Amino acid sequence: MSQAAAMTAGRATGGKAKTDDARKLPKDVGDTLTKAGMGLAVVGVAAAGAGYAMDAKRFAFSYLIGFLFVATIALGGLFFVLVQHLARAGWSVAARRQMEWLAGLLPAVAVLAIPIFLWAHDLYHPWMGPQAATDPILQKKAGYLNPSFFYGRSAFYLVVWVALGLYFMRNSRAQDESGDLKLTEKMQTASAPAMILFALTTTFAAFDWVMSLDPHWYSTIFGVYVFAGCATSSLSVLALITVQLQQRGYFRKVSTVEHRHDIGKLLFGFIVFFAYIGFSQFLLIWYADIPEETIWYHHRWDDAGWAKVSLAIFFGHFLIPFLLLLSRHAKRHGMVLSLGAVIMLVMHYVDLYWLVMPTFDHHFHFSVVDICGLLGPLGIAAFLVARQAAQGPLYPLRDPRLAETVKVDNP
Amino acid sequence: MDKAHRHEELEEEAAKPFGLMGYFLTPGELMHACEKLKNAGYKNFDAQTPFPVHGLEKAMGLPPSKMPWIVLAAGTTGLLSAIALTWFVSIDYPLVISGKPSFSYQAYIPIMFELTVLFSAFGAFFGMWGMNRLPMFYHPSMKHPSFPRATDDAFFVTVEAKDPKYDASKTRKLLEELGAREIVEVTE
Repeated sequence: MSQAAAMTAGRATGGKAKTDDARKLPKDVGDTLTKAGMGLAVVGVAAAGAGYAMDAKRFAFSYLIGFLFVATIALGGLFFVLVQHLARAGWSVAARRQMEWLAGLLPAVAVLAIPIFLWAHDLYHPWMGPQAATDPILQKKAGYLNPSFFYGRSAFYLVVWVALGLYFMRNSRAQDESGDLKLTEKMQTASAPAMILFALTTTFAAFDWVMSLDPHWYSTIFGVYVFAGCATSSLSVLALITVQLQQRGYFRKVSTVEHRHDIGKLLFGFIVFFAYIGFSQFLLIWYADIPEETIWYHHRWDDAGWAKVSLAIFFGHFLIPFLLLLSRHAKRHGMVLSLGAVIMLVMHYVDLYWLVMPTFDHHFHFSVVDICGLLGPLGIAAFLVARQAAQGPLYPLRDPRLAETVKVDNP
Repeated sequence: MDKAHRHEELEEEAAKPFGLMGYFLTPGELMHACEKLKNAGYKNFDAQTPFPVHGLEKAMGLPPSKMPWIVLAAGTTGLLSAIALTWFVSIDYPLVISGKPSFSYQAYIPIMFELTVLFSAFGAFFGMWGMNRLPMFYHPSMKHPSFPRATDDAFFVTVEAKDPKYDASKTRKLLEELGAREIVEVTE
């Protein structure tokens, strides 16, 4: 590391860690974090129960949005871990453990998916209900869109995600203990087929769980659109956790302003990617102007409330964070990067809300039930991430590229 | 003006020193030397290496590049040009296509995007040439007898005479202390 970089790293971390074992959070901090997470989970589950009691039918949709919020963040974490192994990246070693925490949510995602299947007949009523039998369009789609195949596919996605999440998390943790280089090789070899599985399962899960809410409508790019949300939301969470750990001095010299800058660059890139994909979907449908395709946008534009949400996504999910994070100085500045990350997380929820809710509610109105649907899955996810953060090392202790990540520099 | 005098004057002009040059055999020594020169207060010095040496710009104390501003200005120009282009062609020569309004900006967003990217790329490419004053067919450093090794195994440093701290003997002494080899004062 050059002297200048070493000095910056020293300033960024400040050496404020209160324990000799700087590789982990101090025990008291970890306990507080776990307790806070536990509190959030209890509040979330209670809120979810209250929401269900208030309006069970609306709550199913609100819960689907909350579930998707957590699932997309977890999948984004898995994607990051896979792509770094695939590229044999050195810089990201200092950021990988946080993304492994997110991928470690996937077993919980599988459990959180159970209510979706219990309420499937409400959520996916247009094609699961009896009227589908007389609908000529749905009759042609029935070979794919039928309940038993739907449940089978969904179970397959969840099994794949749990397996991948646990595989990469456990091997990385095992290397902390043993320092075995073969584990890195194993994960690199597995990352290529895992990436193919990830791409297919995520795309089809987006088709099945979100796009089929409106079963007449289809868009082949839809899976990529949802994936763009996975990437922006998980990188936002990574940015927030990284800045917090750095500013409190728990990262010492492993993760520095240079890593923050790199995470900011990726987040910025995926903000543009999201806009590119979202506009690609819109442009083709707008240009062709075929009623069965444009109906989806009509549901999100004809009502004045939904039109405002649509505009909010353009400004809040693209233009404002784009301008905010354009500069190199913004990406390196902890508070500015965190602000961008918070905006992106809020807008990720708005985006999912915009995808799901218009099929239930043609006139936009935000209900307290929707907040309850988010708090349940979010509280549980916060607890599980906090517990992982409290229990394990903050970075892969014996990764062969650890020395490389410490030297990362953005000229 | 007689011929001999004129010749003398030309020679005097040609003999104006450009700076002191020396080289090192490892990037580490060069990095160290650049840091020392920077700390000694030198501003106008340069390094020539066979391959990019990461962190050298920090060791030399170079200010941040102005390229981002050039690219931003060029990209904004591109965006505005695309808006102007699509606006004027759809007003000047209106064509009704599939019943859409005359200035259907939705269809023109790819044009705006592409022109922004194209102009940004031009800004980056030509801005780089301009700021490096390229193409440059002659540079005084070429007078150092071992300069071809700058593309092979030598890491050169040049302290320019225009630096206010430049002093032919003191600067030479400093370079000697730093371990530079074959220190030569090259002329312009």
